[in-house]
Amino acid sequence: MRPFAYVSAPDVATAVRAIGTEPGAKFIGGGTNLVDLMREGVERPGTVIDITALPLTGVEELPGGGVRIGALVRNAHLAAHRLIRNRYPLLSQAILTGASAQLRNMATAGGNLLQRTRCPYFYDGAAACNKREPGSGCDAMDGFNRNHGVLGVSDSCIATHPSDMCVALAALDAIVEVESVRGVRRVPMAEFHRLPGDTPHLETTLAADELVTAVELPALPVAATSRYRKVRDRASYAFALVSVAAALEVDDGTVTAVRLALGGVAAKPWRAYEAERILLGAPATEESFRRAAAAELAPATGRPQNAFKIELARRTLVETLRQLLTEGSAA
Amino acid sequence: MTMTERPPRTAPAGPSVGRPIDRVDGPAKTTGAARYSAEYPYPDLTHAALTHATIARGRITGIDTAEADAVPGVLAVITHRNAPAMRPAPSFSMLDLSTFASGTSVNYLGTDEVHWNGQPMAVVVAETRDAALRAAALVRLSYEELPATVDFAGAEKDARPQKNSALQSGGATKGDAEAALAAAPVSVDLRFTTPPHHHNAIEPHSTTAAWDGDRLTVHDGTQNISWLRRHLALRFGVRAQNIRVIAPYVGGAFGGKTMVWAGTLLTVLAARVTGRPVRMMLTREGVYRTVGGRTPSTQRVALGAGRNGRLTALIHTSVTQVGRVGGGPEQVTSQSRHLYDVPNILLQQNLTELDALSNTVMRAPGESIGTFALETAVDELAGELGLDPIEFRMRNEPERNPIDGKRFAHRMLREAYALGAERFGWADRTPRPGSMRDGRWLVGMGVASAYHPSWQFAANVTVRLSADGRVLVRCGFHEMGMGGATAQAQIAADALGVPFEAVRVEYGDSTLPTGPGAGGSGQTASVAASLLTACDKLKGSVLALAGRSRESPLRGRRSSTLEARDGGLWTGPAGESYATILARAGRDSVEAAVGSDTRLGAMTGQLRFMSKFMLDRRRWVKAACGAQFCEVRVDPVTGEVRVSRWTGVFDVGTVINAKTAASQLRGGIVMGIGMALTEETLVDPRSGRIMNPGLAEYHVPVHADIPPLDVHYLDEPDPTMPLGLIGVGEVGITGAAAAIANAVHHATGRRVRDLPITLDKLL
Amino acid sequence: MVEIRMRVNGVSESLDVPPWVSLLDVLREHLGLTGTKRGCDQGACGACTVLVDGERINACLALAVQYTGRDITTIEGVAGGGDPHPLQTAFIRDDGFQCGYCTSGQICSAIGMLAEHGAGSASAVTEHVAATGIALSGAEIRERMSGNLCRCGAYNGIVRAIQDVAESPR
Repeated sequence: MRPFAYVSAPDVATAVRAIGTEPGAKFIGGGTNLVDLMREGVERPGTVIDITALPLTGVEELPGGGVRIGALVRNAHLAAHRLIRNRYPLLSQAILTGASAQLRNMATAGGNLLQRTRCPYFYDGAAACNKREPGSGCDAMDGFNRNHGVLGVSDSCIATHPSDMCVALAALDAIVEVESVRGVRRVPMAEFHRLPGDTPHLETTLAADELVTAVELPALPVAATSRYRKVRDRASYAFALVSVAAALEVDDGTVTAVRLALGGVAAKPWRAYEAERILLGAPATEESFRRAAAAELAPATGRPQNAFKIELARRTLVETLRQLLTEGSAA
Repeated sequence: MTMTERPPRTAPAGPSVGRPIDRVDGPAKTTGAARYSAEYPYPDLTHAALTHATIARGRITGIDTAEADAVPGVLAVITHRNAPAMRPAPSFSMLDLSTFASGTSVNYLGTDEVHWNGQPMAVVVAETRDAALRAAALVRLSYEELPATVDFAGAEKDARPQKNSALQSGGATKGDAEAALAAAPVSVDLRFTTPPHHHNAIEPHSTTAAWDGDRLTVHDGTQNISWLRRHLALRFGVRAQNIRVIAPYVGGAFGGKTMVWAGTLLTVLAARVTGRPVRMMLTREGVYRTVGGRTPSTQRVALGAGRNGRLTALIHTSVTQVGRVGGGPEQVTSQSRHLYDVPNILLQQNLTELDALSNTVMRAPGESIGTFALETAVDELAGELGLDPIEFRMRNEPERNPIDGKRFAHRMLREAYALGAERFGWADRTPRPGSMRDGRWLVGMGVASAYHPSWQFAANVTVRLSADGRVLVRCGFHEMGMGGATAQAQIAADALGVPFEAVRVEYGDSTLPTGPGAGGSGQTASVAASLLTACDKLKGSVLALAGRSRESPLRGRRSSTLEARDGGLWTGPAGESYATILARAGRDSVEAAVGSDTRLGAMTGQLRFMSKFMLDRRRWVKAACGAQFCEVRVDPVTGEVRVSRWTGVFDVGTVINAKTAASQLRGGIVMGIGMALTEETLVDPRSGRIMNPGLAEYHVPVHADIPPLDVHYLDEPDPTMPLGLIGVGEVGITGAAAAIANAVHHATGRRVRDLPITLDKLL
Repeated sequence: MVEIRMRVNGVSESLDVPPWVSLLDVLREHLGLTGTKRGCDQGACGACTVLVDGERINACLALAVQYTGRDITTIEGVAGGGDPHPLQTAFIRDDGFQCGYCTSGQICSAIGMLAEHGAGSASAVTEHVAATGIALSGAEIRERMSGNLCRCGAYNGIVRAIQDVAESPR
């Protein structure tokens, strides 16, 4: 691993000051992604600012029924938290399907938002990758791309965001709270991650000197009836080929509230707005689910290896909604 | 969970043999005390790391080591410009089987030529592993790139028929299979593909090497201590006697630690250059780049049958890959010589050469992927005939070896299927594909035959009996998880009539009598054969000692009438303990040996063994076989396949340890499940570069993929093998992938002939 | 160099290491505790699993400096007062290993897993994540242990050993 200077920040103010004065510095929380990428030579910070001593480890109920999650809450603790299991079961499920128990004990909520893609060409220094080295090209386009994106892709990059947790957060309209010396910003989940366009190296709207301090979940009654479905090659300990985060409320056979997001299909957790628009007020039938899924995936473009994801996403979306309708919540 | 139960045995079991005795190395392995090759402390130890080529073929035009040299703690950056010459790798010779151990023919750091994408071009030695790795990443290579053939699919058309050798034949014919196929009223003619696989032992290849003048000590997780020692002697120009190889614990191998690969050689080289002990544990990526894996294959299986369900034609051909710098043919069609009674057979293996790292042996090389194709095709033809796949197999079960009419030493495939069908509940299967469901899951049941030839190698063994009743068995064999020390202690205990606890087994060290390699599922049988002979000799010596005294009730007895039990020798009620005999004779111990490790002794032993082995092979066909039963659940929406039940019944002769043998069989099945559903090494056809060189992206099965595996064995001794035992290390993987593919077909009506069976192939 | 202090298997340790040194390297290379294994250095195999304040983590992805002040337990420290841990005994009895290389990680992971289950946590195969009193079925154990690869395929024995210990009265 390339040498770096190590600083431990005792409080948020110190942390954000430090990152402003150290060009190329990185925050480190659980380290599960950053340490791996540093060892691979993909990430090469000159300074690493340890934020694990910051007081951002609480999960608190907000007035009005929402929940505030400190950026340093470990994934395992978040998934096991009573408030999350009862009110946002899809979030618990999403976290529990990710990585392994050991990694979930290390990884933090804030870090999970900033996970980088698992594209093999991104990891391999011998390959061309616009994300790792802007302008170098993309070896994935005509290479191994079975697990690459089908929505929101560009000519520069077809990588996917690997997180499960973020897919649930997208469905829940979570707010990411970030802080810098300039103050605090609240970024809606939908605006936190970026699509690749011509700048796939820019993955979020976070400024280089900003620190994720919390994630807030709004009060959302529909979330109580929710599920997360992850489809993958191995039964466990594997990244999603496709995943679906869904919450559904049905009154008298009509969809009265719905939240949908897809994982494994894009450079960001993909909020399925079009499907939601079609479903809201529609009869809660398999036919509606199919129509919604088809509309959401209509703009998708696949390659020979990953085109199956379009059909897989459609089917998984329909199936997850059907399951919510017939079997109810995962809570 | 169903645990293994042993059916009543017809072979006489001893007090130890056959019992499910706990592994003797259990306490060491469950407390972290067992030391693997990278865990021996050395004062002054240094660490090494490799820089790999990133092109498939060409020449190095420049090496910039300035940045690497500047890393604090770096002691040496060794490249072809400054490395001392190693002697060339030997070519294969039947007279010295250790020549088989050359992983590649490349003279590492002795040439500027690049032969594959990933070849090590520099080795960095530093005070810490971290510094070595960092510096190795900073060695800058520039190349003149040359055209390379790296795409197996593209090179398939250039494949040439494999030539026959003494160890393996490339083809065989009987009758006119093509004509019979054309004339058959029912037939299938199918193409299968299997991808490259990697062993992925959890212990990455690791070596610790220390020179003391011209003497060398090497800790290396090898599957063949003797080959490694002789190979190093040859490459470094020292006498084999000056080299000590220590490898009591090997952290998994599966064939991947059979050959001598770059990491081992370059650690020894680096130790010589720096004059300090060097340790190199390859990175996981380094294992993929420098240690060969299983070849990809394309296979054609064509079968013809009469409407009576009797096979009339069997054609099995294959194309596999070798590297231009090494690797060998894979006996993909091996099982097709033995499994079915067919009058017309055509088998042919073909090879295509790539600019790639050598392929190498991996658990059941040949039969693992060969049974996938053959046993899937058999299932398809049974379907065409409207026959139950077991019934179809039983109608074509041969009495003699189909290809040449030799006798089977032992064959109980019928019994394996009968017992398996009963235990698995095969009768509950409704034949029509897609007809079985459990809730939303599609359920499928499939079967396939397992087959693996049994091998035996020369083994030198000594046995010492001490006056206090303790027994020491010494043999330089290998422990990668088979439980060899436990099994051999059980054998010695019964052979000498002492309690299991009285026997200690030393292994994994070149100072011991030369053991067999761990390969071909032959280690246990090979050591057992010599161990039994040594125990007989030992008892003879003890009897002779006893016979010197008039007081001994054994005086005048012949050894053939004696029984070893209760810590002594007996004939009926008359006899006495070893302790008494040795004490009376004034001896601390008695020792017996089989084989000699002198140069002449070794050569004579090898020749004697080879001639006996060849004669034996001319007379008998010996193999382990079995019936694999699998149930899968397929998600009808997503195509996800999960194995939900398994029964494997194996005909593996006498089982020495009911616990460890069952574990080995299960281990094979687990690897077979991985092969069927998830495992694939991704070689970029543009660059020849492996793109998933890690355990996050190369998917070996995890806990959640593996249901309880019901494993049985028939426990009928093979009369031509020592104690009647046949090896169990590899047969478990054979047939496994086909059983799964057949179950998937039964669940979904979809045939997947290209491994792995991932969900995109079922959508 | 940074100074790190931690308790390892009940012993206070203090050492100066560069900040990029992993907890795995501190254990293996600096403290000589080689029972904790390196399998991938990528958090992809679980061979390096150790317990930090009773929670299982992958030591290969942990910068040692971030674990200052913590209580680390490795395979060398799981036995209590001379008696082997019940899981160590059960692994031998149920043949929960072959080559032994993943075993330390499996045992440490299983200890952490039983504690997590005891605290009421759900898993990806739990039907209702909000449920309490989740039974530790074979499927639950397999899912919860999936972060520990065993290439020898000793999974059945490992699960059996864990089940035995989980079901035996403590």
